[in-house]
Amino acid sequence: MNNKVLLQLENNQVHQDLASIRNLMERSSKFLSLSGLSGVLAGVYALIGAYVAYGVIYPFRQASYVQRGEIDDLLIIEKLLLVAVLVLVASVTTGFVLSLRKARRTGQKFWGASSKALLFNMIVPLFAGGLLILIFIWREYFGIVAPAALIFYGLALVGAGNYTYKGVQYLGINEILLGLVAAAYPGYGLWLWAIGFGVLHIIYGSVMYFKFDR
Amino acid sequence: MSIPFDKLDKAFENRVRLQIMSILVVNERYDFNSLKDLLGVTDGNLASHLKGLEKEEYILVNKSFLGRKPNTNYEATEKGKQAFKAHLDALEALIKQQKIS
Repeated sequence: MNNKVLLQLENNQVHQDLASIRNLMERSSKFLSLSGLSGVLAGVYALIGAYVAYGVIYPFRQASYVQRGEIDDLLIIEKLLLVAVLVLVASVTTGFVLSLRKARRTGQKFWGASSKALLFNMIVPLFAGGLLILIFIWREYFGIVAPAALIFYGLALVGAGNYTYKGVQYLGINEILLGLVAAAYPGYGLWLWAIGFGVLHIIYGSVMYFKFDR
Repeated sequence: MSIPFDKLDKAFENRVRLQIMSILVVNERYDFNSLKDLLGVTDGNLASHLKGLEKEEYILVNKSFLGRKPNTNYEATEKGKQAFKAHLDALEALIKQQKIS
């Protein structure tokens, strides 16, 4: 075998080695089965939730609203919490099922080191934020709910972005910005919440879907 | 024409070892089962390559228990990271040389 042929062979080997290194560095540290479609659906659920919440807060028959006392206010909060929990459960379930399906389709493992790291990095800020919001609701600081939800969710996404597609981090930064705007303009909480959890999810979800899912 | 093959690390001659190392340089720790799933190799095969890398002092082994199940974690040593980087540099040099000739 002359030198040229040997070199050619080695070169092929080198290229394969480099390709497998690059692939493993990415796959071992990132959860790449996150489904873009589930992001779109989560956005749709959030918009439906926001629509229902709007109806709860601003009932169509204003007359009865005037007569509401304190107990009814608590009833409103309970209804809003119920809507929020339903949206959350529906979104998480959809995300879980569709990501599991994507993992199966692409032959990747769903529950591994990367998905654990992703989950852990999201759970910490989400739990902290969720508890903080519940405490503020209990103390009747309702104005804090929308900005806190957006900001803590954004922080969770920025942290999670290290363990999945980078785009998730940009989504997180936008959620944080919206949260700050919501803090400055308390009257628009529900609108900004709808933009953050609804519209942004649909936009980012579609981008991810067209970029990675198909 | 000088071929810098001699700069390639013999410890990484085997693809599986190179793959293990590339996982351990980007992750602080990685456990045995996750490595196995990702690389798609058998227990015995993976264990023997891990042993080889351990002998070179390129990786550290941490054994612990998760409940009752043994859980073995691996991490790259500084020496291992440097060896990996040197190996990549050598691969890069090889490619460059190929382009020139």
